[in-house]
Amino acid sequence: MNHESSAALPAVPEGLKGVTADWSADKQAFPVPWGKAMMWIFLLSDTFIFSCFLISYMNVRMSTTSGWPNPSEVFSLTVFGESIPLFLIAIMTMILITSSGTMAMAVNFGYRRDRKKTALLMFATALLGLSFVGMQAFEWSKLILDEGVRPWGNPMGAAQFGSAFFMITGFHGLHVSCGVIYLCVVATRVLNGFYERKGTYETVEVAGLYWHFVDLVWVFIFAFFYLW
Amino acid sequence: MAHGHSAEAAAHAPAGGHGEGVQHPIKIYLWIWLLLFVFSTFSYLVDFYRLQGYLRWTLIIIFMLLKAGFIVAIFMHMAWERLALKLAILVPPLALLVLVGLMAIEGDYTFLTRLQSFVHEVQKPSGHASSHAAEEPAAEH
Repeated sequence: MNHESSAALPAVPEGLKGVTADWSADKQAFPVPWGKAMMWIFLLSDTFIFSCFLISYMNVRMSTTSGWPNPSEVFSLTVFGESIPLFLIAIMTMILITSSGTMAMAVNFGYRRDRKKTALLMFATALLGLSFVGMQAFEWSKLILDEGVRPWGNPMGAAQFGSAFFMITGFHGLHVSCGVIYLCVVATRVLNGFYERKGTYETVEVAGLYWHFVDLVWVFIFAFFYLW
Repeated sequence: MAHGHSAEAAAHAPAGGHGEGVQHPIKIYLWIWLLLFVFSTFSYLVDFYRLQGYLRWTLIIIFMLLKAGFIVAIFMHMAWERLALKLAILVPPLALLVLVGLMAIEGDYTFLTRLQSFVHEVQKPSGHASSHAAEEPAAEH
């Protein structure tokens, strides 16, 4: 479909020539709605913030002389008398992936102008996000109250474990919480016909970009903090 | 209904851009969704079966990059954007690899320096007491 539409307008070159043509002319660089371009640029800057957290975590983990607490054991959960490693984290990962799936479908239904399904899927996404934050709150309180993890130390090993954990997952949780509010606002507007009057549902896709990014960051946190 | 609209919107859509009305079948999202589940399960199993060393790290990074790639390409529609936007968003983060390299070297250096100075501090008291000076080389082992 995409190829057909670009073939219909022959003036725009593809490939590297397309890059220079898009940048050099006195015109709008990216042929996308401004909200989408700005969201991408915001997400790019957010990438650098999260990367700074993860890279400094790498740095302290490499340079500490005391042993790093084993995340597999620290984050295990006892279910029916058996200790399952990373149980809660695995559930949280699946929930976030599921929410990404519902969001992708919400964007799709938005462009089909199916208001009810779009709003419903967005509220489902927000609800999944909310349950993610709830589990994170449970995880934090378990770590703080039961395991005695503090930003300046913990009984299991390297003192930097706590500060890295609270900083990285806290900042991610903040993003999820903001995303839940953002999604609820956009979903309400979908429902009351705001975008129908505006004539475009691109805001749903922009909100989707943000939400997928939150999922994307979790992929890296899951790999580097919990599994490494 | 959706078809008629998409044809109309495609005519107005900016060339090559992922304009409104450019729709993808729901099927592709469901497939990616399933793939993400599978990759997540695999990376969880890496921990569950306690794989260690380079095998563990390689598998974790492979599954991580696959998941990240599919999210960005399909869910975030990057695969359908023009190359100019792709490059503007995907190239700058490569600079982070330089930071990773620098901080890895720095972390290594800090680690070695700490080891050195901690050993040095342990030796200090015996080093100052002249009567124990002879035992010092033995303490090092």
